[in-house]
Amino acid sequence: MAHFEKAKNLNEWLDQRLAINTLKRVLNTEYWIPKDINFLWAMGMVLAATFGILVLSGIFLLMYYKPDTNLAFDSVNYTIMSEVGYGWLWRHIHGVGASIVFLIIYIHMFTGIYYGSYKKGRELIWLSGMALFVAFSAEAFSGYMLPWGQMSYWAGMVITNLFSGGSLEAYGLVEWIRGDYVPGDAFLTRFFMLHVFLIPLVIIGLIVLHFGTLRIPHVNNQEGAEIDFKEAADLWKSGKKKESKVIPFSPVFLSKDVFVMGVYFILFFYLVFYNFNFAMDPVNFDPADGLKTPAHIYPEWYFLWSYEILRPFGKDAGLIAFGIAQLALFFLPFIDRSPNVAPAHKRGLFQVWFWVLLVDMIVLTAMGKLPPTDPTFAWIGLVSAWTFLALGPILFIITMFEKKIEKGA
Amino acid sequence: MRELKILAVVVFFSLLTYYLVEPYAHHEMHKKVDAQGNEIKIESHGFTYNGADDIEEAVRAGDTARVEAKKAFWAEVAEVARLKGDATAGEAGFGLCMGCHNGANMNMGSVIPPNLDHAGALYDKNYLIALIKDPAMASNVDHKYADTMMHPMGSIKSMMSDKQQIADVVAYLLKNKAGEVTSKEAFMEACVRCHAVRYGKLTQLGETPAFKYEKDALAHKIKVIDEQDAVKAYMGKLPPDLSMIIRARSEHFMETFIENPQSQLAGTSMPRVGLNHEGYEKVKAYLTEVGDPSKEKREALGPIVIGFFILFSLLALLWKKSQWRDLH
Repeated sequence: MAHFEKAKNLNEWLDQRLAINTLKRVLNTEYWIPKDINFLWAMGMVLAATFGILVLSGIFLLMYYKPDTNLAFDSVNYTIMSEVGYGWLWRHIHGVGASIVFLIIYIHMFTGIYYGSYKKGRELIWLSGMALFVAFSAEAFSGYMLPWGQMSYWAGMVITNLFSGGSLEAYGLVEWIRGDYVPGDAFLTRFFMLHVFLIPLVIIGLIVLHFGTLRIPHVNNQEGAEIDFKEAADLWKSGKKKESKVIPFSPVFLSKDVFVMGVYFILFFYLVFYNFNFAMDPVNFDPADGLKTPAHIYPEWYFLWSYEILRPFGKDAGLIAFGIAQLALFFLPFIDRSPNVAPAHKRGLFQVWFWVLLVDMIVLTAMGKLPPTDPTFAWIGLVSAWTFLALGPILFIITMFEKKIEKGA
Repeated sequence: MRELKILAVVVFFSLLTYYLVEPYAHHEMHKKVDAQGNEIKIESHGFTYNGADDIEEAVRAGDTARVEAKKAFWAEVAEVARLKGDATAGEAGFGLCMGCHNGANMNMGSVIPPNLDHAGALYDKNYLIALIKDPAMASNVDHKYADTMMHPMGSIKSMMSDKQQIADVVAYLLKNKAGEVTSKEAFMEACVRCHAVRYGKLTQLGETPAFKYEKDALAHKIKVIDEQDAVKAYMGKLPPDLSMIIRARSEHFMETFIENPQSQLAGTSMPRVGLNHEGYEKVKAYLTEVGDPSKEKREALGPIVIGFFILFSLLALLWKKSQWRDLH
């Protein structure tokens, strides 16, 4: 066993056993962040904070929620809303958080794409981030099942039907997933387990990995400049703060993070207290009824774009397109052949590509919710789905010819 | 400043997406169009009843006979409305109503007749006149009784056909059955015979009492099931429990639906209830109390929490400024 001196204070006692001073240095005071970044880089912390809030509010809801098809709806809408002290507050925080977290994820993702933060050396940051996105999607979907309203039931029906594999008609698989012929008690309890235990565990693991992937390549910056972090850190440590291109995470960048979080929480709690409805589909306040299909079945807003890639095609083609859409963004670092790590506005055609992607995803999102019976909407949906599918190969081609930007240009 | 420009871009695209998936999509989803593809605008008329909607519906359906019948009916209603009713004379006529509307909570001809204790306060005058003249036409469910069935209150047509008598009875109701009414009473009188509210402990038989012995509770439950079966047989399906309806339907839907159920749900067997504006407000207040019980607490706590985060952000801004002062 190692030799321990008598510690003078608690800090020293802990440092001897946990090396907390080293940890603090590595993770905070000497974790170097480029100086040249804007508030969009605070979205990571905003996401971490929102996830924390979701876990906390989820724990309170978990105490009173009943994963039973006969009791679930009322346990959410009556017990938690009327009988539990501040149950309504936890529920609205959880509901708003679940929706807003996706807005922030999308902002975070598009920031990464705009500034080329997925490129050379940072591929793992992108891949672990995309894995997080998938895990969050599964978490959101499983959570949406729990109140057992009409949309919970029918969205569960539609999404699990995807596993029948189109013309393969693999209904055995669908029934295996549901544990029944239709979504029922087995379905609800297993999604409950996924939502409150397994997927959160996976998310926490992935968050740790995502943070870990940042440590060596470091976060990108507004100009995509390559920084010699060691040299810049030495400048900072010698007191030349103005000359140094980096700042320590704590307290300097943290002070900006905290300010951005403060502003974000003003919006967040405005929604919780005055506009929680935006996050809750009214249809889900009708209890699940397997004998009554809602007039329109659509997912929550954050899944609409990929739902619309599925919808305008036939059975099998739709499923294949949907599969491609789910995986396409993972490959971004490998499709983009350009040698440049630079913001889109410096990369010529890539800038056009970026805005087309953004607008296309918004159009897909809008069309995903609109009734497909309208021929105009159906046509726009089809065109935008094809656009999305074509954007990958197009990116490959345009970035192949992208010229290297000269340093200092 | 660059960061503000970026913020503006982020806010613009977020709001655009919000607009498209919320107000715009909902408008498109709930759009109603007639046979010619023209959009039908469903409007509330402030809970006054003159048959305009009913005639329009008949015109849209292209059923000339029905248009004429509706026009004639509502013209007669207007004619009765112009007569000066005598409340004292109306009392005798009201005696005829008491046979059924006696508060005995007994199922008569498929449904329990509503309690009329506050009918004068809750229902519109024109509607009351129309209802006495022809209950099916007034409720805009005449399509349901076109062939064989008889409206449970249909006998009133033969019992009270004199225009002056109708005007007198309505005058009696407006004068003697007005009084102050709580939101719960309003709901009980207008809606509860068909709709349960389990979060408010209401069934089709009214408020569920507290029972000392389980066998009494079970006996009551059986009565409720019997009554629900009767309502189900009469309406075609058991009308939904309204505990959460205030959250499940938009304000616009609720208003136009209660004013004229056919407007939002063509062919529904739900009758027009005939609530006046105050009556509707009372019913809505009850449904809000049950379905959205945290409203007051939200409004009380909201400013404090938001105020805290405004202060928090200001302090954070000062901290950030002090940390970044020497950096550029």
